Amino acid sequence: MPWFIKTKSESPKAKREEIWIRCGRCRAHIFKEDYANNQKVCPKCHHHGRLAAYERIGLTLDSGTFKEINPGITPSDPLEFVDAKGGYAERVNQTRAKTGLNESVVTGTGKISGIPISIAVMDFRFLGGSLASGTGEKIMLAANYAYDHKLPFIIFSASGGARMHEGVLSLMQMAKTCAAIARLNERGLPYISVLTDPTTGGVSASFAMVGDINIAEPGALIAFAGRRVIEQTIKQKLPEDFQTAEYLLEHGFIDSIVHRKDLKQTLAQVLSYGTAGRK
Amino acid sequence: MEALLEFEKPIAEIETMIEKLKRLSSEKKGDYGDQIAQLEQRSREQRQQIYENLTPWQILQIARLKERPILQDYISLICSDFAELHGDRCFSDDRALIGGFATIGEHRVMLIGHNKGKNVEENVERNFGQAKPDGYRKALRLMKLAEKYGLPVVTLVDTQGAYPGREGEERGQHEAIARNLVEMARLEVPIVSVVTGEGGSGGAIGIAVGDSVMMFQYAVYSVISAEGCAAILWRDGSKAPLAAEALKITAPELKKLGIIDEIIEEPFGGAHRDHSVAAANLQKALAGQIKSLSRLSSSKLINRRFEKFSRMGEFAKG
Repeated sequence: MPWFIKTKSESPKAKREEIWIRCGRCRAHIFKEDYANNQKVCPKCHHHGRLAAYERIGLTLDSGTFKEINPGITPSDPLEFVDAKGGYAERVNQTRAKTGLNESVVTGTGKISGIPISIAVMDFRFLGGSLASGTGEKIMLAANYAYDHKLPFIIFSASGGARMHEGVLSLMQMAKTCAAIARLNERGLPYISVLTDPTTGGVSASFAMVGDINIAEPGALIAFAGRRVIEQTIKQKLPEDFQTAEYLLEHGFIDSIVHRKDLKQTLAQVLSYGTAGRK
Repeated sequence: MEALLEFEKPIAEIETMIEKLKRLSSEKKGDYGDQIAQLEQRSREQRQQIYENLTPWQILQIARLKERPILQDYISLICSDFAELHGDRCFSDDRALIGGFATIGEHRVMLIGHNKGKNVEENVERNFGQAKPDGYRKALRLMKLAEKYGLPVVTLVDTQGAYPGREGEERGQHEAIARNLVEMARLEVPIVSVVTGEGGSGGAIGIAVGDSVMMFQYAVYSVISAEGCAAILWRDGSKAPLAAEALKITAPELKKLGIIDEIIEEPFGGAHRDHSVAAANLQKALAGQIKSLSRLSSSKLINRRFEKFSRMGEFAKG
């Protein structure tokens, strides 16, 4: 083929997009492969990109130890909610087809450096990781599994908050998940919360913020009210690092900010203390 | 009569006519007795017609009425004694969320509630009932005190939501609410919660993990404000009436969904029409719940509360 004839599939732009991606923060071009090999952390500015739930599980648990529980739980559209863009039921179907997920959280059991745990990992791709009936049920059941089997419990949060399409039923999931966690406290079982980008609204105001240990990823947005809401309704000027993991660390709400490459090791370290004491 | 709400205007028109005729009668400019009686009948029918067919958006307007009884009205109408306890022992005494020892009928309780104001000065001091983390931490301190003394906790919810501002984020609004949810789940004394006006999202549930959760007939309880929901999902704040409908925020709808246990009836035309009737209905409902919950042992109470919140939510098993 003559060099000056471009076919569509081989246009330089398409090719570039295939192998390059741009960092969401510093806008640097990164080799896609390098990015994936670096656990979706920008090699230049260390911006931590969002992970799908199964990617997270792959990075966190010992290989081959994950056993999923309650994978089938999925929204039932209890309010028959319809907004400007159409019905909630349809949105759910599209999201399920696109992500292969049934809800905004994946739960199960596995091991971290040999320590058996129960785990819940939220996935932002499923309706913004929003907290709804199915999400709350799965998290509660995973916590109850930890309670029944005397296991430590870990939640990775990634969520825009409560899901509006299920109304107050979503709001109640805040109380439901926290009630399950409260039982772990009584039994002396470790509960570790890992806050990833973003952890906001009803999720920050429930299970995400009440870990025995709260760990955050660098730069993660962690907020109760949205920045825009605050600027528009209260008309306050806000500091640049407002609502970042670093800001929360400074104000005393998280124990530690941990780079993704060190996260598994940190969890293993914390769990080794959490399971060492006299019972 | 002055129309407090847009949809009450037809009634107000009739009532203005009645007043006119009454004035003429009293000035002996004719006998309008029959007409007055007729109009009064029409006014009653009209009001009934309107109030039996209220939309969620109209109910939301009633819940937000500044004439609606607020915490201080209920305290003065149902508490024979109230000793306010101040401060969270950490940062401040939040005036938006207050509490203290209270005697309601024969029951000694810890009363905690959102503290809206009646006028601008009060509302500025009380931040329109939008509490900061300090308020939620004070509420928890008082609940733990109630637990120590074996007193039932009564919470009255009436807030647009927790304060969404810099100080709230700085001092951990999320953590304060979350902590309350965890601690309330295992509190060893009965918790009775009533949404008296607005039940705004996290700010509401932060004091409403009740063994019994009740709502006034024209109160609302919502995961997000109708305006906020409309702005996000309709990209148009003026679609709030549609959002109010879709979100299912009214007492009958929430009773059907299993969110609340009981609806407290309001006087004809709404609680703002007769504070003392509203207060009497509240007192009766509270007394009934406190009495029956006080019979349960702590462990029974806690298990029952856990089961109750465990059941909340509707989903498919796939």
